[in-house]
Amino acid sequence: MDPKAFSAPDYYLLDDVLSSEHIMVRDAARSWVNKAIIPIIDEHAQNATFPKQVIGGLAEIGAFGPMIPENYGGAGLDYISYGLLMQEIERGDSGIRSTASVQSSLVMYPIYAYGTEAQKKHFLPKLASGEYMGAFGLTEPNHGSNPGGMETKFKDQGDHYLLNGAKMWISNAPFADVAVVWAKDENGRIHGLLVERGMEGFTTPETHNKWSLRASATGELHFDNVKIPKKNLLPGKNGLSAPLHCLDSARYGISWGAIGAAMDCYDTALRYAKERMQFGKPIAAFQLQQKKLAEMVTEITKAQLLAHRLGQLKNKGKASSAMISMAKRNNVAMALQVARESRQILGAMGISGEFSIMRHMMNLESVVTYEGTHDIHLLITGADITGIPAFK
Amino acid sequence: MKILVCISNVPDTTSKINFTDGDTKFDTNGVQFVINPNDEFGLTRAMWFKEKQGATVHIATVGDASVEPTMRKALAIGADEGIRIDAVPTDGYFVATQLAEVIKKGAYDLVIAGRESIDYNGGMVPGILAAMLGMNFVNTCISLEVEGSTATAVREIDGGKEKVSTSLPLIIGGQKGLVEESDLKIPNMRGIMMARKKALNVVPASDSNPLTKDQTFEKPAAKGPVKLVDAGNVAELVSLLHNEAKVI
Ligand SMILES: Cc1cc2nc3c(=O)[nH]c(=O)nc-3n(C[C@H](O)[C@H](O)[C@H](O)COP(=O)(O)OP(=O)(O)OC[C@H]3O[C@@H](n4cnc5c(N)ncnc54)[C@H](O)[C@@H]3O)c2cc1C
Ligand SMILES: Cc1cc2nc3c(=O)[nH]c(=O)nc-3n(C[C@H](O)[C@H](O)[C@H](O)COP(=O)(O)OP(=O)(O)OC[C@H]3O[C@@H](n4cnc5c(N)ncnc54)[C@H](O)[C@@H]3O)c2cc1C
Repeated sequence: MDPKAFSAPDYYLLDDVLSSEHIMVRDAARSWVNKAIIPIIDEHAQNATFPKQVIGGLAEIGAFGPMIPENYGGAGLDYISYGLLMQEIERGDSGIRSTASVQSSLVMYPIYAYGTEAQKKHFLPKLASGEYMGAFGLTEPNHGSNPGGMETKFKDQGDHYLLNGAKMWISNAPFADVAVVWAKDENGRIHGLLVERGMEGFTTPETHNKWSLRASATGELHFDNVKIPKKNLLPGKNGLSAPLHCLDSARYGISWGAIGAAMDCYDTALRYAKERMQFGKPIAAFQLQQKKLAEMVTEITKAQLLAHRLGQLKNKGKASSAMISMAKRNNVAMALQVARESRQILGAMGISGEFSIMRHMMNLESVVTYEGTHDIHLLITGADITGIPAFK
Repeated sequence: MKILVCISNVPDTTSKINFTDGDTKFDTNGVQFVINPNDEFGLTRAMWFKEKQGATVHIATVGDASVEPTMRKALAIGADEGIRIDAVPTDGYFVATQLAEVIKKGAYDLVIAGRESIDYNGGMVPGILAAMLGMNFVNTCISLEVEGSTATAVREIDGGKEKVSTSLPLIIGGQKGLVEESDLKIPNMRGIMMARKKALNVVPASDSNPLTKDQTFEKPAAKGPVKLVDAGNVAELVSLLHNEAKVI
């Protein structure tokens, strides 16, 4: 379908509460996605290749660190703009949005928030311009939902640290120039280290055979006695809350991004249903199809309201981690449901790469798992309202 | 070189066109406004002069506050400063008299307007401006180079092209060809943030009255249903064209 014919559902006229600057951000991102992502993405997803050519465009449009201040190469945008940007990029593909999220929220953000002035000056402008690509290493083979149990560790050797361990399921790993790696010191305290490509003993094998996020490169980070210069430790914050705080920013972006994927599926299904004739009528005339479409637009509208309010709170510094968990969980599950229903509305065409729906659907299976699984976010809400964590 | 790009704020081409008040007013409800496409080609060319030849680029629009988002977009794309002449534009003569004041005050070397705006398709403003200001004028301009005070321009003419040389100060009525669609710039996030800090000066309208007044607007008759004729059935096609459409 012609991407230019895309019409974003805005059932509750949320455009009215966006500023003209927000709308400019959204429209600019939408135009870029139509031009740079939609025409190429199916082929890359089919072939399981990351479209490296979009890195320059992502940097140019300002998708790397949009909320990082201008003096470090960011754009200094507010969080609603950041959310809209994620929404539009994920309308193109969750994998490309993942690359932007990781770079912005999981690499640039910790360097900005916990780094030294020298680290910020050295890394941030290069990450904003796409000259450097980054990765975020928290998950390990034996520790996913429970990152506090991580085994990756480093020892103080006087003039450097010695890092050992492995990270798994790391987005951007295969081509990252720098990885923000979370590891324990000798006292079991978690710290962030900047591990750079080329350091001896550091390798990044790619993970193959994924059925999801196929246009995003995922890999492992292996550390075999890697010597890390002391200046590469992020001094600003330590403990598990340091990486979790980065996840807040990324999860916030995902709560908007998922809406983009859902809007694309819904819009495709709606247009298709109005055109596809069966039994002498457009299938949109049948109650069962209308039920699906009506429920989808209702759920999308609720998700939009959730994201918008969360954006206002985030701008005021009032969005708690638990609030973000609620939106991430709800909106991703919503998008997955919309993708599944939309796929059915397209019948056999729904499984074809001609349409984006099945790709979104498969992508969202990762999105519902990474950055805290669907279950874990529910437990976070449960812990927040009862005061009793039920993780263990 | 000091450049002024005249930007008209027009409905997006996909907008549904309706009229209100007994068909005397355009209904802006639900209509998305954009930079007039001919002006966007001109603005993009102006950005080239800025990047390659150090030109300063101002933009001007005659309009009320509702045109500001469109102007901000032009600033986000890279124009240095905006001037909004605070008046509802009513006809080409009125718009030109307003812009003429700004051009006189700003002492621009090059004024880039569009060949026509896609809303009312007057195709008048740049011509009237050139006459009022006694500036050199190239209309339907599809290419423009400037060296010192000499300009070389290519015009689209019936069935071909015309290459002309002229000198600054110059006004052009530009169109696609000045740059191509693929050259058009999408504003980036930094540009959008920078646009916030750029001057958008609002100046009051000068005394001028439009020379025309709308009586009514009328939409073309709705298209009738399409009749499909089987590819092999030439006789039926001929009969339909002859008896129903009455075109042969
Ligand atoms: C494509 C992709 C990209 C990724 N990119 C990154 C990245 O860049 N950086 C990074 O660090 N990580 C990344 N991840 C990893 C991701 O964050 C983890 O997969 C996720 O945290 C879940 O961990 P796990 O896979 O080990 O699942 P597990 O923790 O083993 O969970 C398996 C199942 O058990 C459930 N479960 C676990 N604990 C509980 C409990 N206490 N109560 C109830 N149910 C529970 C979970 O909800 C889940 O359904 C990525 C993952 C994918 C798929
Ligand atoms: C009968 C009539 C009624 C109108 N009523 C309204 C109204 O109620 N509200 C409203 O907003 N508009 C209204 N307009 C539109 C507005 O008047 C136009 O901007 C103006 O008429 C010039 O349009 P044009 O088609 O003659 O321009 P053209 O001569 O086709 O435009 C050529 C170029 O001139 C420049 N230009 C044109 N208009 C402007 C402008 N406003 N500011 C800066 N540069 C410009 C642009 O570079 C453009 O590409 C009306 C127009 C007409 C003809």
